[in-house]
Amino acid sequence: MTNLTDLTVAAIRDGVAAGTFSAVEVAEAFNARVAAAQALNAFIVTTPEAALDAARKVDADRAAGNALGKLAGVPIGMKDLFATKGVQTTAASHMLEGFTPQYESTVSQKLWDAGAGMLGKLNLDQFAMGSSNETSYFGNVISPWRRNDGSTAAMAPGGSSGGSSAAIAARLCPAATGTDTGGSIRQPAAFTGISGIKPTYGRCSRWGIVAFASSLDQAGPMARDVRDCAIMLEAMAGFDPKDSTSLDMAVPNWEASLNADMKGKKVGIPREYRVDGLDADVAKSWDDGIAWLKDAGAEIVEISLPHTKYALPAYYIIAPAEASSNLARYDGVRYGLRDLPDGANLQEMYAATRAAGFGAEVKRRILIGTYVLSAGFYDAYYTQAQKVRALIARDFELAFQHCDVILAPTAPTAAFGLGEKTADPLAMYLNDVFAVPASLAGLPAMSVPAGLNREGLPLGLQIVGRPFDEQGVLNAGLAIEARAQFSAKPEQWW
Amino acid sequence: MSEYRIQGMTGEWEVVVGLEVHAQVTSNSKLFSGAATAFGAEPNTQVSLVDAAMPGMLPVPNRECIRQAVRTGLAINAQINKWSRFDRKNYFYADLPQGYQISQLYHPLVGEGEIEISLDDKNPEADVKRIGIERIHVEQDAGKLMHDQHPTMSYVDLNRSGVALMEIVSRPDIRSPAEAGAYLAKLRTILRYVGSCDGNMDQGSMRADVNVSVRRPGEPFGTRTETKNVNSVRFVMAVVESEARRQIDLIEDGGTVVQETRLYDPDKNETRSMRSKEDAHDYRYFPDPDLLPLVLDDAFIEECRASLPELPDAKRHRYENALGLAPYAAGVLTADVETARWFEALLAAAAAKAGKPEAELAKQASNWLISELFGALNKLGKGLADSPVTAEGGAELLALIADGTISGSIAKQVLEKMLETGDGAAAIVEREGLKQTSDTGAIEAAIDKVLADNAAKVEEYKGGKEALFGFFVGQTMKAMQGKSNPQVVNELLRKKLG
Repeated sequence: MTNLTDLTVAAIRDGVAAGTFSAVEVAEAFNARVAAAQALNAFIVTTPEAALDAARKVDADRAAGNALGKLAGVPIGMKDLFATKGVQTTAASHMLEGFTPQYESTVSQKLWDAGAGMLGKLNLDQFAMGSSNETSYFGNVISPWRRNDGSTAAMAPGGSSGGSSAAIAARLCPAATGTDTGGSIRQPAAFTGISGIKPTYGRCSRWGIVAFASSLDQAGPMARDVRDCAIMLEAMAGFDPKDSTSLDMAVPNWEASLNADMKGKKVGIPREYRVDGLDADVAKSWDDGIAWLKDAGAEIVEISLPHTKYALPAYYIIAPAEASSNLARYDGVRYGLRDLPDGANLQEMYAATRAAGFGAEVKRRILIGTYVLSAGFYDAYYTQAQKVRALIARDFELAFQHCDVILAPTAPTAAFGLGEKTADPLAMYLNDVFAVPASLAGLPAMSVPAGLNREGLPLGLQIVGRPFDEQGVLNAGLAIEARAQFSAKPEQWW
Repeated sequence: MSEYRIQGMTGEWEVVVGLEVHAQVTSNSKLFSGAATAFGAEPNTQVSLVDAAMPGMLPVPNRECIRQAVRTGLAINAQINKWSRFDRKNYFYADLPQGYQISQLYHPLVGEGEIEISLDDKNPEADVKRIGIERIHVEQDAGKLMHDQHPTMSYVDLNRSGVALMEIVSRPDIRSPAEAGAYLAKLRTILRYVGSCDGNMDQGSMRADVNVSVRRPGEPFGTRTETKNVNSVRFVMAVVESEARRQIDLIEDGGTVVQETRLYDPDKNETRSMRSKEDAHDYRYFPDPDLLPLVLDDAFIEECRASLPELPDAKRHRYENALGLAPYAAGVLTADVETARWFEALLAAAAAKAGKPEAELAKQASNWLISELFGALNKLGKGLADSPVTAEGGAELLALIADGTISGSIAKQVLEKMLETGDGAAAIVEREGLKQTSDTGAIEAAIDKVLADNAAKVEEYKGGKEALFGFFVGQTMKAMQGKSNPQVVNELLRKKLG
């Protein structure tokens, strides 16, 4: 008998549609697997009843001969950054602990409309700020992966979408939502041997997603393979009049147009990403990727993205600047945590509430953001960073005159152990060095598994495409996937 | 315009004033959310998820608010910026749910324009002065704190949170309390004509921040203070006067003016310090990343322009030139849009009834409206808006005068009855038997009696005291109880007195 929790999104969808198994059977299988995986701490809350309700509706629709949605019968995990009506939405913060929205985010609503069901709300770095999931107020997620030296050291699942990545890698859900501000889909996907795509900025509505940095935040799917990402993205994307930055463009049929043939395509290899001291296994996987795409018919060209080294500093000005303002609404006045010491006035209530409600990393970024926007510093930091951002976008524009997609590592290393980088924020930030440029330029970018390093930990390859060319990105990802033949999965220890 | 100077102990001073007027945009919904904007609703009943700044909520600009601001800009001949942008002004306060106000600092929607003011509306010879407008930008209003609901806690009403405001910033071109008052009144007139703001200062839909400094005539600007949220024309004038006086006294006492925010206390007629520059906020303005730049196309701007009504200055000139009204009358009739509308309806109806061109009846209509109706309404404590007599009703009365059915003095009585009863002029004249007579027989009889009763005066008249003619007319009219046609009385009297 098929193990339902080993199936992909496509297989579940097709199996439910064909009647091979029922949606309720699928939901029950995943609910059980989620319940048995508490050691991973991937979920902040589980919603088995929501998954079952959605499944029952799909089964009833099928029985009645009604048309089924694109994700009919597929239970998924929802990053706890998406507002879900009637279900606690925390952004992994104490500030929003117990906050239950009376509204549903546009993206999650689209997924439910497509027939998906919710297994639960996935853990993440607090307010999506972090690269290891260690900033969550609800405790860090533990990656299902371990080093192959027999060590039981807990590994980081990446971040901020670390609950999503860990849950998919551990087969707790076939797919999940993520959000990516500076690598938060791609880096955790790479760390856990799964796929994830951040579409072009504006493809997915931001309405109802707890904001981190508005000009960078973008929702996207995470799943085990490229096809599943395409299916999920089709359901998630689309113009939303409630989001002024939403793209008013039709959603292409990405799944139907998947094509791993790279003949006639040029793949750019950015020279600036080959930094000194690049991890040897990462460098090798990059070379493998180049060979695979060449094998798929692509022409490989060297390109230059000269402002790459300024991307991370610019990102760590712009994102905190926006965050410092976006997080001002958490003030204890209307919802969420209120800490009102005896006799406190308004200012004291703000101070007490925000001191108690935000974690150290969130506070660090609010401080950075407040600083760079302050009178006297604004031009030196924020204005300058915006100029850098424009130059980085220009770098890509010029590069795409010579190539169709860009191939690079997703992250400079494989997963690190929990606690290894918490003392050094800069080392942590450097994890996103390859992911951040595409975020600043608003470009579609995905990570696909490329293999394991010598420690037995997954490595990811990143494909960056032209604006709106998610298809080109997915196709290159598919070409790699077909050749990488990545079939490793974490041994179950939990 | 004579120069306004304030006499200090050490000589003359000049006051320099600039106004920042916040005008609530007339629109059914808020600047970035679909919530309603009605005044006086129960607290927190007009609040959307966006206005309450719930997590994940996003602003979407309301086209109508932008349109109204553009129309306002066009009405003051201002430059409309086809590319503008919203910025966040960051500060914490309990009435500001987002923790920032969405405003426009760097790239406002409307650039430079100007407003023409006359210091003395009643004097057509008074000079006009142009007050420069630096910019108009649109921004969100905040909510309101209520401190009287609970012994130790304050409550917040978010009904106003997110309502669209236009901030209309003048140049420091104003030089006296009277100019400040005239500017604000003129601005309000224009806003009401355009329909972009109801101008109701008592409801808070228009309020002014008054920037005041003083200097010796001809010297550079002094340090200014800003008195916030002044909510009437009279108070603005009072603020200019009292704040200028305070600054002069301070300087002459050897002190220096501190750049600060002040509040006006109408009961004491003085301003007091709210906060000084030292503890001023650092608002950390930056472009709102939730919003794209606002890009307007020519068609949109042209539509805004085409939708503008005739504006007060143009209307006043037309009343003078095309309708032949005196400058004073034209000024009074155009001072607010409701009066102008009423007058135009009256004139149109009167012209239709008489079958004559409007220009022929304009003076009569204007005189009647200004000297008769305004006075009568004033006595009743009413205005045109709640006048029991409609423009159509007024036209009916004017037609009765014009065709000789009643005299001007009888018309006064008829108007009183109209206001009292709400009945039409013709019905009242009929019912009360007020029709004037042109029956020469009856009039001749009355004249004969008047001349007989005043034989001595007749002699005097014939002896050359022609001024007595009016006396005989008056006596005859009196004898006829005002109902005789004055023209016929005149003719017959002249004949009889030879």
